[in-house]
Amino acid sequence: MGTEFVQLSLTPILIGILAAVACALPGNFLILRRQALIGDAISHVVLPGIVVAFLLTGVISAIPMLLGAAGAALVAVGLIEVVKRLGGIEPGAAMGAVFTSMFAAGVLLLEQTDTSSVHLDVEHALMGNLESLVWLQAEGWHSLLDPGMLATLPDELTRIATVCAFVVVLTVVFWRWLKISTFDEGFAQALGIPAAALGLGLVVTAAIAAVAAFDAVGSIIVIAMFICPPAAARLMTNRLERQVGWSVTFATLSAVLGYILAGYGPLWFGAQGAVSAAGMIAAVSGIILGLACLYGPHRARVGVARKEGA
Amino acid sequence: MNLFVDALFLQAGYNAALVAIGAGLLGFAAGASGTFPFLRKRALIADAVAHATLPGVGLAFVVMVGFGGDGRNLVGLIAGSAVTAWIGLLLIEWISRRTRLAEDAAIGAVLGVFFGVGIVLLTVIQTMSAGRQAGLESFLLGSTAGMLFQDATVIAIGGSLAVLLTWLMRRPMTLVAFDSDYAAALGYDVRRIDLLMMGLVMAVAVIGLKLVGLILIVAMLIIPAVAARFWTDRSTSMIWIAGGIGGASGYLGAVLSASAPAMPTGPIIVLVAAAIFMFSLLLAPDRGVLAALFRHRGFQTRVHRRQGLLALAARHPIREAYTLRLLAREGLVRPDGVPTDAGRAQAAKVTRDERRWDVAREIYQDAGLTGRYDGLTPIEDVFTADEIAEFDRQLGPPVTVRGD
Repeated sequence: MGTEFVQLSLTPILIGILAAVACALPGNFLILRRQALIGDAISHVVLPGIVVAFLLTGVISAIPMLLGAAGAALVAVGLIEVVKRLGGIEPGAAMGAVFTSMFAAGVLLLEQTDTSSVHLDVEHALMGNLESLVWLQAEGWHSLLDPGMLATLPDELTRIATVCAFVVVLTVVFWRWLKISTFDEGFAQALGIPAAALGLGLVVTAAIAAVAAFDAVGSIIVIAMFICPPAAARLMTNRLERQVGWSVTFATLSAVLGYILAGYGPLWFGAQGAVSAAGMIAAVSGIILGLACLYGPHRARVGVARKEGA
Repeated sequence: MNLFVDALFLQAGYNAALVAIGAGLLGFAAGASGTFPFLRKRALIADAVAHATLPGVGLAFVVMVGFGGDGRNLVGLIAGSAVTAWIGLLLIEWISRRTRLAEDAAIGAVLGVFFGVGIVLLTVIQTMSAGRQAGLESFLLGSTAGMLFQDATVIAIGGSLAVLLTWLMRRPMTLVAFDSDYAAALGYDVRRIDLLMMGLVMAVAVIGLKLVGLILIVAMLIIPAVAARFWTDRSTSMIWIAGGIGGASGYLGAVLSASAPAMPTGPIIVLVAAAIFMFSLLLAPDRGVLAALFRHRGFQTRVHRRQGLLALAARHPIREAYTLRLLAREGLVRPDGVPTDAGRAQAAKVTRDERRWDVAREIYQDAGLTGRYDGLTPIEDVFTADEIAEFDRQLGPPVTVRGD
């Protein structure tokens, strides 16, 4: 657990934790608002957003990608709303029609452009590559205190840390508004809270978290991070504050455990190499959710518990 | 262009023809079996089911290689993916029934977690037997390059079975989709029918995996049904329309992708379906946006015309510009707002019909017929000529009004 750990494992674990937390925070509200699948839609349209940003700027860099993905999320939300209103179609199907079409357009654009020179391919976008985000320049724990060395940290870490801090600040600042408008939108409007704008803001924040996490874990596993920790937390408590606390705990736990299992698990079984850390993080978060479904103290709907004896 | 025409008539080579036929059949099956989940408002379960096939593909590969077989045997991979997709389906059902999590959270959780496990298995396979696993990644986005006759046969047989089952079970599935409580009261096992509905979706998803990939098969299950909804109000015809739309987009998409380079089949098929959906959304009769716009305009015109005529009858000046334009265009008023003879006659008719309605309301006190009064429906559409003659008799003959 010395130099090698700092070089190879510290940054991926940190990135995993930050990504999981950044996704879990908005996820809490999405779940309570029954908008969990917005996370699904967002994570699929991240791909076209990034491709378009790449086509417009010609470079792979963080800010245009973030903007592109946030833009794509807004376009998707707008289109879903248009299809829902104009066609009188239920939200789920409207979502399904819009985000799959946008995803297909993204794949097509990607195939049509020559992106062989840059690191942007569909599989990477879908699966992520947490293991590659290493800090080879580090010489041990003391490097953490050396400003010169810190400058060599992977960009992804700084990016996800910034986004995570941004999400945390937004959650704290808008806490009261979010809480009121999530549970009683009509009351929130009566109080003068701009509930519609707040809902849109939540979706955009989720999109930003998704695209930052997308770097590390790929666009599909982001869905597990949006939904599993908050859903498990929802079964643990009836209080929003504690639910958010639980979701952060679960998110951290799945990131750490998932990374360790992916890196060292195969060795324990005598196999060579490692498996996808991002996939393992999703799997661990699923196991946590499964345990919460079986044993969580508040797992049943009110009134159902006694009748079914569950 | 020539290449496109060739491909359209299956003249662009054996493989292209095979892909086009396979995609067409798959599209038909996907559209037809996607109809009822959409009507049940659970279209997105298809998304979770499709993603949940990935670990099955990986597991089946590992097992088949473990037994010394060919890891890429399509039937084996399909069987494996069906198993995990079914487990995912049951988990969604279990989570939303037994815990307080809503169905959307269950869908998202199953989707993300199963896909994650699938990715883990794919990386395991990569370390397991390097080189031979090439091609499993193509299940993500589909590939048509190595399509065999066997693959087309699997699609044809599986797809026809799915369509046949959808058609046979259309009555119970329609009942459950529109009123599950009523279906339960009639003695149908709603849970089983729901599972069957989703099982059909799953079946189509697994047979379509190799061709369009597990992410885009979702689109083929949802978009044709959504598009078909614009063209009909009957669930039985919707099955066939959705199937037709799906089949057309599958066939056209495969043809388009065969006729130009760098056109991946899966995305093109989805985009063709999306184009048909856009077309339906805008132009479908009755439910389309354009039809709604025309209906709105027509309604607006009738309201303005009637208000204008009533104002003429009451000798009020008309200040609303649109009303004036409307009446002037029909020759009912002169541009300065003074009614022409035709206008006076029409105004008198509107006022007389108002009086007739007053009488009708006294005679028929139940709301059945008089409830249809909305100021726009002509009285002749509601009552027979005899009845109207009776109203006129009660109203009495016209009288001369003194004064002005």
